[in-house]
Amino acid sequence: MSTTDTTIDTGTGEIVDPRLAAWADAPPSVLFWRAFRKHKLAVVGLVVLSFIYLVALLAGFIAPRQSEWFNVDYTYAPPQALHFFDTDEAENTVFRPHVYGYALEVDPNTYEITHTIDPEQKIPLGLFVKGDGYKLLGFIPADIHLFGPLDPDQPFYLLGADKTGHDLFSRIIHGTRVSMTVGLIGVALAFALGVTLGGISGYFGGVVDTVIQRIVEFFMSIPTLPLWLGLAAALPTNWDPLQRYFAITVILAIMAWTDLARVVRGRFISLRNEEFIIAARLDGNSRKRVIFRHLLPSFTSHLVASLTLSIPGMILAETALSFLGLGLQPPIVSWGVLLQDAQNIRTVATAPWLLLPAVAVVLAVLSLNFVGDGLRDAADPYKQ
Amino acid sequence: MLAFILKRILWMIPTLIAISIVAFIIIQLPPGDYLTTVIAELTNQGGRVDPEQVLALRERYGLDQPIWVQYFTWISGIVLRGDFGQSFEWDRPVTALVMARLPMTMLISIGTLFVTWVVAFPIGLYSAVRQYSAGDYIATTIGFIGLAVPNFMIALVLMYIGFEYFGQSVGGLHSPQYVDAPWSFAKFLDLLAHLWVPIIVLGAAGTAALIRILRANLLDELHKPYVVAARARGVPERVMLVKYPLRVALNPFVSTIGWILPMLISGDIVVGRVLSLPTTGPLLLNALISQDMYLAGSIILIVSVLTVIGTLISDILLAWLDPRVRLNSV
Repeated sequence: MSTTDTTIDTGTGEIVDPRLAAWADAPPSVLFWRAFRKHKLAVVGLVVLSFIYLVALLAGFIAPRQSEWFNVDYTYAPPQALHFFDTDEAENTVFRPHVYGYALEVDPNTYEITHTIDPEQKIPLGLFVKGDGYKLLGFIPADIHLFGPLDPDQPFYLLGADKTGHDLFSRIIHGTRVSMTVGLIGVALAFALGVTLGGISGYFGGVVDTVIQRIVEFFMSIPTLPLWLGLAAALPTNWDPLQRYFAITVILAIMAWTDLARVVRGRFISLRNEEFIIAARLDGNSRKRVIFRHLLPSFTSHLVASLTLSIPGMILAETALSFLGLGLQPPIVSWGVLLQDAQNIRTVATAPWLLLPAVAVVLAVLSLNFVGDGLRDAADPYKQ
Repeated sequence: MLAFILKRILWMIPTLIAISIVAFIIIQLPPGDYLTTVIAELTNQGGRVDPEQVLALRERYGLDQPIWVQYFTWISGIVLRGDFGQSFEWDRPVTALVMARLPMTMLISIGTLFVTWVVAFPIGLYSAVRQYSAGDYIATTIGFIGLAVPNFMIALVLMYIGFEYFGQSVGGLHSPQYVDAPWSFAKFLDLLAHLWVPIIVLGAAGTAALIRILRANLLDELHKPYVVAARARGVPERVMLVKYPLRVALNPFVSTIGWILPMLISGDIVVGRVLSLPTTGPLLLNALISQDMYLAGSIILIVSVLTVIGTLISDILLAWLDPRVRLNSV
C-alpha cells in the first residue's frame, strides 16, 4: 500500500494533502508569482530589467568615468578588449586584468589621426579604484568606482570614444538613468489620466462615455511622432535640461494614456454588472468605495501588465525624439542623445561602436516586453 | 450599410475640425509670430525688410486680429482656395512643396502596407497552426526583435552594411544620375532597386505586430466549438481552416490600415531623415527645426487628414466584410 505521509481522507472536508493545502491557502500574490514563473522569457526579462535599474541607480559607481569627462586626445578611439591574464617576469600566467593602450597613426596625405590598439602598452585595471568624484544615489559624495584603470589619467575606453573623446561605456551607463526613467514618469502620468478618464467612461457610460471615447479615438488617429515633434519643437529653447526632461515626459504621456483608458474602460464595463459589484452596491457602499475597494483591485494585475507594456513605447519614442535632436539635449545623457552622434553614415563607418547605445535600447525594450507578456498571462486566470 | 457609411463620415467632421485646431495651435506655440520670425531672419542676413511685403503678409494672415479670427482665415484659405500659406524658409507656397513630396510618401506607405500584409499573412498563419513548432519560435523571436529595434537603427545598419561591404550608398530613392532625369523605364527600375530599403525598414515593426495579432486571433478561433464541429463533419483540415477561422481572424488585417498609416507616417520622419528620402517626413522635420511653422502645421494637418481617411476606408471595409461590426455600431 501507499507509504506516503498522505493520511486517509476521513471525509471531514479538510484538505489533507499538504501540497494541495499549500495551493488552497496561497494568497493571490503567490499564485500570481507561480503563474509568472512559468513564462521563462519573462523571468529572464525580469532579471535583465532589475539589472538595468540597478545600473541606473548606481550609475556613478559602476561607470569608470563621469558623463561629462572627455579627453580630446582620444577622438574616435576604438574599443579596447578586456584581458584578464598576463605573464609576469618569470613567464608565469597571473591574474592581472588590463587593456592595451593606443598608438597614434597619422595619415601622410590627409593628416587624419587614427588610434590603433597597441599591444605593447598595457594599462592595468583594478576593482574599487579611486577616480572622479560623484554623488552616490544622488547625495552621498564618493570617488570610488567599481572598476577602472589604476592610474585615472590613462585611456580606458571599453566601448570606444566619440568625437570629443567621451567614454561611450560610461555614457551608456549614465544614459540608463534618463532613458529608463522617462518611461516610468511618463507612464505614471499616462496612468493617472488613463485610469481616471477610462474609469469615468466605463463606470458611468452614456454621453460621458461617448464623449471620452471620441477624444480617445481622436488622439489615436493622429500620427504620434509629428505631433510629438510639433510640441517638442515649440518648447522654449532657454529651458534648462530638467524642465525639458519633464516637458518631454508630459508630451509622451499625452499620447500614451489612450491605450490605458481603453483597457480600464473595457474592464469597468465587463465588471460593472458582476455579482460581487452589484452586491457591494446593494450593501450601501459609496460609489467611491465600490470603485476603489471592489472594482479597481480586481484588475490591478491587468493594469500592471498594460503599464509594463506601454513603457517600451515611451523609451523608443524618447530615443527617436532625441535622435532627431528635438527631444533631450546634451549635457543630459540619454541613449537617444548618444545616438545623435550616429546619424551620419560617414561617422558610423569610421566609428561603428557609436551604434552601441541602440543595443541597450533593444535590450531594455525586449525585457520590458517579455515581463509585460508574462504579467499579462499570469493575470489571466482563464488561460490554459 | 449606407447608413453606416454616412454615420462614419459625419463622425469624421468633428475629428477633422479638432485636428485642424491642434495643427493651428502647434503653429502658434513658438513665441512671436510668423512676421517677427521673417523680419528677424531678414535682418540677421543683413537683408532689408520690404515694408510692402510685411504689410501684405500682415493683411493676409490677419496677424493683428484675435486668435480665432486668425484660425478662421487660415482654415478658410485651405478649404476654399487650397492655400496652406507660405513657407518662409523656401519662399514658396506650402501646397507646392508638399505636393512635390506627397506622391512619394504615399507610394512608400502603400508599398510598405502591401509588403507587410504579404509577409505577415503566411508567417502568422503558420505560427498559429503549428503552435510551439520550431518555425513558430523563430517567427515569435523575430517578431519580438522587430518590435524592439528602433527603425532608424535598422536603416543605419543596412546603410552601414551597404557602405562597408558593397561600397554603395543605399540612401535616397534614385541613383545620382536619375535624380533630375525625366521619368523613363530605366528610372523606374532604378526606383524599384532603391525602394526595398525604406520598405523593409518601415515595415519591420508593423509586420512583427501583425504576425503576433494574427497568431493570437487565429489561436483563439481554433479552439472554438464551430471548428470542432467542422472537423467532426469531416471537412478537410485545410479547407476548414481557410473557410472559417481564417476569415474571422483576418479582421485585424483590414483594420491595420487604421493604425499602420499613422505608424508609417511617424516612421517616415526618422527613417526619411536617415535614408534621405524625398518624402514629407524630412520636410516636416526641417520645418519644425527652423520653426517654419506654416509648413510644419500644414504637413501635420495633411498627414493627419490622410490618416483619418485611411481609418474611414478600413472601417467601411471591415463593416462590409463582417456583419457584426456593421450591426453593432449603427
